[in-house]
Amino acid sequence: MARGTVAVVGAAETTDMGVIPETSELQLHADAALNAMADAGLAAADIDGIASAGEAPDVLAQYLGITPAWLDGTLIGGSSFMLHVRHAMAAIEAGLCTTVLITHGESGKSRVEAKGFPEFIGGKLAGQFEVPYGGSLPPTMFTIPVLRYLETYGLKPEDMAPVSVVQREWAAMNPRATFKDPITVDDVMNSRMIAYPFTLLMCCLRTDGGGALILTSSDRAGDFPQPPVYILGTGEAAEGPMVSQLDDFTSSKAFRLSGERAFSEAGISRGDVDHLMIYDAFAHVPLYGLEDLGFCKPGEAAAFVRDRNTAPGGGLPMNTNGGGLSYMHSGMYGMYALQESVRQVRGIAPAQVPGANISVAHGVGGMFSVAGTIIFGSEPHKR
Amino acid sequence: MADQTQRLLPRPTPETRHFWEGAQAGELRLQRCGDCGTAYFPPRPFCPKCSSRNVSVFAASGKATLYSYVISHIPAPGLEPPYSVAVVTLEEGPRMMTNVIGCEQTPEALTLDMPLEAVFEAQTDEITLPFFRPAV
Repeated sequence: MARGTVAVVGAAETTDMGVIPETSELQLHADAALNAMADAGLAAADIDGIASAGEAPDVLAQYLGITPAWLDGTLIGGSSFMLHVRHAMAAIEAGLCTTVLITHGESGKSRVEAKGFPEFIGGKLAGQFEVPYGGSLPPTMFTIPVLRYLETYGLKPEDMAPVSVVQREWAAMNPRATFKDPITVDDVMNSRMIAYPFTLLMCCLRTDGGGALILTSSDRAGDFPQPPVYILGTGEAAEGPMVSQLDDFTSSKAFRLSGERAFSEAGISRGDVDHLMIYDAFAHVPLYGLEDLGFCKPGEAAAFVRDRNTAPGGGLPMNTNGGGLSYMHSGMYGMYALQESVRQVRGIAPAQVPGANISVAHGVGGMFSVAGTIIFGSEPHKR
Repeated sequence: MADQTQRLLPRPTPETRHFWEGAQAGELRLQRCGDCGTAYFPPRPFCPKCSSRNVSVFAASGKATLYSYVISHIPAPGLEPPYSVAVVTLEEGPRMMTNVIGCEQTPEALTLDMPLEAVFEAQTDEITLPFFRPAV
């Protein structure tokens, strides 16, 4: 697959963000889609491919007045949208369609006609072998591996706290962030215990919102109002939804495989990356991501964050919108990581990283179940 | 609102019924591949490693060690906080989720790699769940 053959030419989030009880989940998708279409200067008639998660793509197509020649309803949790980008790139390259709209909307807090991610119940394997023990919610599933990780590398629960502290620093620069007040490691450790070793401030928010992207061939990318953001590399991988059956609790196989594919496709090294988004449903996920994507050696990510490498002014700015921990988290957060990467490469982010020409957005679906990685660039090839 | 005093219980399928019947009989039933020898869980009528359908059910020892866990402070149906949600490594190799019971639900009492043994508690006439407690 050639690098930079497809570009993002439209990107936007919902008009409002946070608590939006006056808007249904379907309309959150549509609001984000209309904003992205306006951003790209396109109308529904110009779009011939559609992908969405939560709401089905055919539902969205009818609601928005789109007649699609290509649909993708991949629904694998928060990284669905990374996979949509990857699949859309392949579809555009293959000539199946020319202009793809990818939408996300989720009434994660207000639950207005919310579909979201299907629950694990009953006769499903997770419903039989995990749910009866309380393994039915992200705070008691996503979190289970971390004690083994901490023990393996001689770390303590408080070593995760700087992730929350640093992301709050980024959120303070983002007017749309839900939480902006500074916090300390002590604040994190003294906040209410949710599921030991995770305190409240190590867990993501629950909010309402949405986002949408429009992709087209790079040959056409100069014809749009916004500077194109090229897709340099993509990856996807899965290990599966039962956290108890993951190979290794100190590292995510899906993260490693997805990251390797994306970097290989882009033909860049970790040192070429100017800006990084790693889906942060909980404070440990960016630590696994930093290591599994190859930015840190195993066991060294906590010190890397503590030493302010990912903080404002650091060499690898990460989760610069404030992340799921402080910006917003609707349930399937991956779209917001993609949006922030696009803003940074366009140069219009609220907490803009100077010279952010290459950005990586890495998403997780379920509890280390599925990973998707997208590498964006300001040029179709590495400069 | 659903009954909050009762755990969310499994609905056995034809492929998992032997496991749940074993739990009622006080046995932890795993499966083993007759071709490659892999012992595996959760149940399915073929080997997840080599795809062979030549598999059989056997009773595991019930011995395990604690691989990782959280101590949940979140109310869940039939579970009184704080309760451990744990993953254990069975002596035969596979891992499974459980609650570690019969000890304080504290980090001090729940140490990684501690030896555990299976215990069985009937939830209804149809469903008995396996749990693990510190080995004596």
